[in-house]
Amino acid sequence: MSRTPEELRYTASHEWIKTEADGTVSIGITDHAQDALGDLVYVELPKAGAKYAADAACAVVESVKAASDVYAPIAGEVVESNPALEASPELINQDPYGKGWMFRLRPADPNAVATLLDAAGYRATLG
Amino acid sequence: MSQSSQHNINPLQTSTQLIFERSQSGRQAWAQAPNEASVMAAEDSSNPALARRPALADLPPHFLRRVSLAMPEVSELDVVRHYTRLSQRNFSVDTHFYPLGSCTMKYNPRACNSLAMQPAFLARHPLAPASRSQGMLSCVYDLQEILRVVTGMAGVSLTPMAGAQGEYAGMAMIRAYHRTRGDLARTEVLVPDAAHGTNPATAAMCGFQVKEIPTGPDGDVDLVALQAAVGPQTAGIMLTNPSTLGIFERNIAEIARIVHKAGGLLYYDGANLNAILGKVRPGDMGFDVVHMNLHKTFSTPHGGGGPGAGPVGVSERLLPFLPTPFVIREGETYRYVTEKERPQSIGRLSAFNGNMGVLLRAYIYARMLGREGMVRVADYATLNANYMLKKLQEAGFDAAYPQRRATHEFSLTLKRNNQETGVRALDFAKRLLDFGYHAPTVYFPLMVPECLLIEPTETESKATLDGFIAAMIAIAKESREDIAHLQAAPYTQPVRRLDEVRAVKELNVRWNPAN
Amino acid sequence: MPFIPHTELEIQDMLAAIGVKHLDTLFEEIPKELRCDELTEIAPGLTEMAVTRLMQQRAGQDPIDLCFIGAGAYEHHIPAAVWQIATRGEFYSAYTPYQAEASQGTLQVIYEYQSMMTQLMAMDVSNASLYDGASALGEAILMAVRANRQSKKPRILMPRSVHPHYRRAATALVEAQGIEIIEIPFDPQRGAIDPASLAQYAGQDITALVIPQPNFFGVLEDVDTLTDWAHKQGALVIAQVNPLTTAVLQPPGAWGKAGGVDIACGEGQPLGVPLAGGGPYYGFMCCRQEHVRQMPGRIAGRTVDLEGRTGFTLTLQPREQHIRRAKATSNICTNQGLAVTASTIYMAMLGAEGLARVAAASHQQTQALRDRLTAISGVKAVFKANNFHEIVLQLPKPVAPILARLTDHGVQGGFDLSLDYPELGNSLLICVTETKTNADLDHYAAALQQILSDSKRTAS
Repeated sequence: MSRTPEELRYTASHEWIKTEADGTVSIGITDHAQDALGDLVYVELPKAGAKYAADAACAVVESVKAASDVYAPIAGEVVESNPALEASPELINQDPYGKGWMFRLRPADPNAVATLLDAAGYRATLG
Repeated sequence: MSQSSQHNINPLQTSTQLIFERSQSGRQAWAQAPNEASVMAAEDSSNPALARRPALADLPPHFLRRVSLAMPEVSELDVVRHYTRLSQRNFSVDTHFYPLGSCTMKYNPRACNSLAMQPAFLARHPLAPASRSQGMLSCVYDLQEILRVVTGMAGVSLTPMAGAQGEYAGMAMIRAYHRTRGDLARTEVLVPDAAHGTNPATAAMCGFQVKEIPTGPDGDVDLVALQAAVGPQTAGIMLTNPSTLGIFERNIAEIARIVHKAGGLLYYDGANLNAILGKVRPGDMGFDVVHMNLHKTFSTPHGGGGPGAGPVGVSERLLPFLPTPFVIREGETYRYVTEKERPQSIGRLSAFNGNMGVLLRAYIYARMLGREGMVRVADYATLNANYMLKKLQEAGFDAAYPQRRATHEFSLTLKRNNQETGVRALDFAKRLLDFGYHAPTVYFPLMVPECLLIEPTETESKATLDGFIAAMIAIAKESREDIAHLQAAPYTQPVRRLDEVRAVKELNVRWNPAN
Repeated sequence: MPFIPHTELEIQDMLAAIGVKHLDTLFEEIPKELRCDELTEIAPGLTEMAVTRLMQQRAGQDPIDLCFIGAGAYEHHIPAAVWQIATRGEFYSAYTPYQAEASQGTLQVIYEYQSMMTQLMAMDVSNASLYDGASALGEAILMAVRANRQSKKPRILMPRSVHPHYRRAATALVEAQGIEIIEIPFDPQRGAIDPASLAQYAGQDITALVIPQPNFFGVLEDVDTLTDWAHKQGALVIAQVNPLTTAVLQPPGAWGKAGGVDIACGEGQPLGVPLAGGGPYYGFMCCRQEHVRQMPGRIAGRTVDLEGRTGFTLTLQPREQHIRRAKATSNICTNQGLAVTASTIYMAMLGAEGLARVAAASHQQTQALRDRLTAISGVKAVFKANNFHEIVLQLPKPVAPILARLTDHGVQGGFDLSLDYPELGNSLLICVTETKTNADLDHYAAALQQILSDSKRTAS
């Protein structure tokens, strides 16, 4: 049974999003997603300053059996990406909601996060 | 974990030395290279790449190679021994039963190889005059006609060099058809959720968007969802029949009606043609373009990954778009049609004419089967698959679609076994190697959990099938009694459970002379 | 029944086990109105003896002439052991090596092939092959578009000195994805790319430049200047080469000042694959380490197993058939396995010295034929340039009828350029390899001399 922390928001494409104190949002992939992908071997992250529309593909995670796009849950500008993931992509498997965070965005619309799925809504999509 | 006494140590399987590691400086296969003084190294250079040769004296030095070239330095016997030994570290149809679903691993008749490799065929340049190539061209023309008839289409091109390229040609022709009519709104292609991964990739290559159509619980495409999905944006639908689940799409006539009525075309993925050869023709099912895999139904060799051939057949309205070149007959003479003569063609897919050697092998096979042999293919492929399905069900395995007949293949789901013992499809795949069987296809189609897709083909005997079934039963028993032992299989192969994560993270894809 | 082992008794047993009386019941799910009648248009089956007769008769219709055609496919001596080993059942009838434990033979061959290719090209990484040289060029273009992040609009500079079939096949492949192919002319005196014609693109957004070496005319291009120019523009460089020639010519990994080209591709057929009427051949592709994740096709990697033993497996697999939105896409999922196996054995057998001698002998014999033919009145070399193992000669009369007359002498004289390059007049592309003796060259020259004299006589 995969974990789905209650305080986060989610997308149907298996991203989680957390609002930080300074108004930026942190984004990663869910426990369900990392389990389905298997051991991650490579991560491609967006560059600081890059701007994305909602649902735009902005990162890639790759395991031995699958490569998946990661989509921006909301529109915004990238503030930074997690530097530890280049050498240790397995952090996403070990701690998807903590050390495995992927990148931080400054949202174009601060209210956009509230429109995303909550934990129960995401769990319902998993069936 | 296993005990060393359980290992079968095969002295032939011990060494993984690379050919480079057998090198001895100055050693060579002396019978094989030209030996005129003008082409030999003019000075004593330890590196052939830096040696000067009189034959190259007319070339300014800046064109010549100045970088070292480290290739093996071995004798002819070294080469023969090394690669013969390597061949013995492979499974193959010639040595093992290979029930790989959707791959059609049938026997590759040896005559197809020897007759395709006659000197007159091997010596022929692709741009040789047609007047000197009538024998070869007549074989290509005859094969075009045979494939045209068995698929029920109006024209065939044999140039696509693989299934994926045939698929590309098919979708490119659909695109060209709509554009020629000025209908630029048709930007979407429909694909069932059970489709092979190349289907959506190919559609994207041709500039289409892809929309998935769900499959119902009985294995047929959901007609209601299909009706809702079609419209003026529909370029076409990509289907295979039987589907990738090994099930015959019973509503195919209705699917064709729905898509055609909306102005779209039907593309047939011929991966499963072995199930219906001589029984049903894709043209009669309403398909506008058909692709075939000669390395499946027409028994050309898989060769460790290729080469294949993916011919395409089309209905009347797509004839102008067929890829070039293909062979036409004028009276008693054969020649390739020119690109100028086919201005609406989607063009060439390759530098020359396609995989001629593969085409010849398929032709020879098709002539040996003949009309009655083709029908027998579907008959006995289907008999073998249904027999295996029945026996495996009786032994306690779950069919993914128990209410449906098998076609030439069927899928099992190990979901219940996994819940009961933790065994996975992958474990069965690895353990079967110890019993001398290559695994079936695993984890495809994606929608069947812990899937084994099994296709015996018509060339296997009842005794072989019974042996495989007995192995499956033994492995199921082992999963209940000693799952740890099972999950560390295989035990009798040259290697065991390779570290695939390390293969990516410590990427090593070539020998390095510095080592 | 050919290739079907079932006896009557076994058929009955199996039907009973399934629980049906007749085999046809197994097809009951197929709607009756779809079932086809007997395939009467197909002839009855033949025994192996009969099909042997048939195929020998067909092969017997096709004479084996002396072949002087190059144009992308080259006749070289292939050691007998190469295809005898490659067509062993264990290689011939093996499947794609997805189950690594069952395929260590094939996987090690691919690893060795990749090693040899990177040596020839002097580049970091090779894949396990693509369909052929022309589709490899198309795939290289798609890859360059994926890899060149700085380029905003996909525009590719394609010289007219690249093989016309390659240009057409590559263009057909990439057009549907909105990639623009811009044709670059060649200098009519030298038969090579005129650097001046690139000047108009300086400072523009160019995704990649394709550089052939030797080019379609056999002429040697100024590869260092061209490579440096492209890199200065922020464009990637795609080299398109005959891999046999890199045994003696400077390889793409060493072109220019900044570490060579980005992608090298071409046709692997010259390395141990027979002409065979046009295929199966194979396309090779090498690239710089930094681009490896954008490279299409399979790749074999070295690793260890549970017990620490060396083994080989397909790696970086998720790249195949992976659709990235708004990126150039490929659907390739095969390689030319058997052709690559044979080529690996060929390269191991010849070694660096053997390959260099084959290349040098081919060049020598081409120049020797050039000398004999240009001694005939009215025949001259078209380009003032250095050529390698192919050359364009101009004839005093239209080429096609002369080629037809040459076949009466058992000679296939070359490739007629007048259809693809009408501005070159009556021009013929000729290639000679190490397989042709001086007696063969004399025979060609004598035949051409006679044909030209005959036509002079009938004309006057």
